[in-house]
Amino acid sequence: MTSPAFRQNAHDALADKQLQQALGNVRAGFIDKRAQAAERLPEFEALRDSARDIKNHVLAHLDLYLEHYETKVREAGGHVHFARTAQEACATIVEICKAQGARTVTKGKSMVSEEIGLNAAIEAAGMEAVETDLGEYIIQLRHEAPSHIIAPAVHLTKEQVEADFRRLHKHLPQERDLSQAEALLGEARMVLRKRFLEADVGITGANFLVAETGTSIIVTNEGNGDLTQTLPRVHIVIASIEKIVPTLEDAAQILRVLGRSATGQDMSVYTTLSTGPRRPGDVDGPQAYHVVLVDNGRSAMLGTEFEEMLRCIRCGACMNHCPVYHAVGGHAYGWVYPGPMGAVLSPSLLGVDKAGHLPNASTFCGRCESVCPVRIPLPKLMRHWREREYERHLAPATYRYGLGVWAFFARRPALYKLATGLAMPVMSYLARKQGRFKKLPLASGWTDHRDMPAPQGKTFQAQWRERGGRTR
Amino acid sequence: MVKPQGCGAVALAIKARAGAMSAIASPCTGRLILPHTSRPRVGLFVTCLVDLFRPSIGFAAVKLLEDAGCEVIVPAQTCCGQPAFNSGDRADARALAQQAMDAFANCDYVVAPSGSCGGMMAKHYPELFADDPNLAQRAQAFADKCHELLSFLTDVLGVTKVSASFPREVTYHDSCSGLREMGVQSQPRKLLGSIEGLSLTEMKECDVCCGFGGTFAVKYGEISDAIVRQKIDNVCNSGAPVLLAGDLGCLMNMAGKLAREGRKIEVRHVAEVLAGFTHEPPIGAPTEGEA
Repeated sequence: MTSPAFRQNAHDALADKQLQQALGNVRAGFIDKRAQAAERLPEFEALRDSARDIKNHVLAHLDLYLEHYETKVREAGGHVHFARTAQEACATIVEICKAQGARTVTKGKSMVSEEIGLNAAIEAAGMEAVETDLGEYIIQLRHEAPSHIIAPAVHLTKEQVEADFRRLHKHLPQERDLSQAEALLGEARMVLRKRFLEADVGITGANFLVAETGTSIIVTNEGNGDLTQTLPRVHIVIASIEKIVPTLEDAAQILRVLGRSATGQDMSVYTTLSTGPRRPGDVDGPQAYHVVLVDNGRSAMLGTEFEEMLRCIRCGACMNHCPVYHAVGGHAYGWVYPGPMGAVLSPSLLGVDKAGHLPNASTFCGRCESVCPVRIPLPKLMRHWREREYERHLAPATYRYGLGVWAFFARRPALYKLATGLAMPVMSYLARKQGRFKKLPLASGWTDHRDMPAPQGKTFQAQWRERGGRTR
Repeated sequence: MVKPQGCGAVALAIKARAGAMSAIASPCTGRLILPHTSRPRVGLFVTCLVDLFRPSIGFAAVKLLEDAGCEVIVPAQTCCGQPAFNSGDRADARALAQQAMDAFANCDYVVAPSGSCGGMMAKHYPELFADDPNLAQRAQAFADKCHELLSFLTDVLGVTKVSASFPREVTYHDSCSGLREMGVQSQPRKLLGSIEGLSLTEMKECDVCCGFGGTFAVKYGEISDAIVRQKIDNVCNSGAPVLLAGDLGCLMNMAGKLAREGRKIEVRHVAEVLAGFTHEPPIGAPTEGEA
């Protein structure tokens, strides 16, 4: 699936009964939990302001903090690699893995690794990549992309997961009861435990990179991140450049809004810090520690109207509260970042000519902005993309034409008065017996699905004038 | 955005005393109130949808404003420019914004029976002219006097009750722009509570979008349909036979879907009910004969 096919993707998604059933879980699960978590913490709104300010500060001084972070990682015995593009990032990681003679690479959940297509690159180089987050593991089995940034398999029902496990886990006895989610989790854990132990390299993402200490921080609910980064000989952190925060206190501050916004948890179950490789005297940890910092289009967003998008901490609250996401799910968006944040970020990273549908497919209801922990004005940024599209004549011709005709009249009040003064009574008369239209030319997008209520008769302004109301 | 009850009345009282002072700030909104001893001069921004499709909402707004002591004028007008603005067409949006600012230049307040158009003027006009220092100031000054009807009645004028009667059970949909841009939530409920015989039954997810979204409903009709289907399920499950909201776009969307599905629910703008204009056929109902 691709972003240009959004309309078709959405059509297919709306017809997919199983998907629609699974999407009901998003509506039911996340929203109340977040609201209750926010309610429980009186300073939650102030923390959102603070999180926004921290991220803004970092973006204004990103070069400085990146260099400081790099220095600190090197001091801790780690290596830092800067990757301008997805290709560079993949090549760097494949190189590190090959140098280790790796066969198996375990991975903690990382959206940026999905963004750069890392699994495909690792496999093309003859190694096996094993996703260890339960949701990621499930979609890897299915050869699918994640449909949500924190719940990658949210588009599936547990019956589908059971069927996949029975199909692909050949050791499973028929009589084993897998009807409960816990049983599915137990099964995945059994399989993954072995993979953790045989891995040569572990790759994790990062929720924060702390400039002060050279530390990377991940949050998980399954502990898979810890096993991914402590058991193999080599730990590679892959993160995009805007994950930097100045200090541990800053990370702690943002953590207070992250879990609450994402799942309604005060904190995720595991918050894991890693700083460099194993030191003398450490009982465990990797022998080598690499950080791959990915730009892939982000530095080009700095200084533009889209810079605010770089505050995003990937909590998923925007999509959890989005009526469009609820209707069509994440895959319809055609790339790794769905929902409102994807509607802004995907055109930034892929180009608006490829992802142009996404910022248009929003009702601008504003619920995303109202829950964003770092207060990204998502509708405003989507609107900026629509402006770019309009300037570049990327919007569909019929739509531009329709808008142009409307604007022509709206900008000429006398003509508007004349035209609407004639048209509305006629429309009203035609629909006098029904009060609505079942079909209207040029508005099939509307009338294919619902009726169009008819006008009452003369326009308000015409009636007002007839009644001698004051107009000046 | 919910302001202490009656603070608008205080503001008006202060304003009445202000006499020859140049301008004073409202104690609750901090906004400047122009001093004059006569009634506040309110320009009704009727909105193009109301102008074209449902003038009775405009007349209901006039009645509510006049009952609250305002002088209402209706400058010749077309559209606030929101469809252009939200479609990325800034040139037309700016032209229409300037047209509206000119048309309503001599009003103390500009009031719209819509949180969406009200939000466009009060929140987005300054953004449209942000790169033009002269116009930015003018747009901000204009934006500061723009209000959504119901919140204007309660928060600025201090209206706490209306004299209408409507002995029906109703449910109320919070239109998105009104709710999230203009803080309209408690105000309509408070005023509806003063209507004789009316009982309000809240639907599930009353604050979730109905799927209208302006041009979205036509451009992405299928997705819009899925969203409005969910909405009318919630409406019907509330059990109330009457659906109210404060924005005609959302009302037309929900009424159109209810009609297509053959659901007999009466759909009206909240201002019509508050003004006692319930003799009009509901939205989407025939003006003569049987459906």
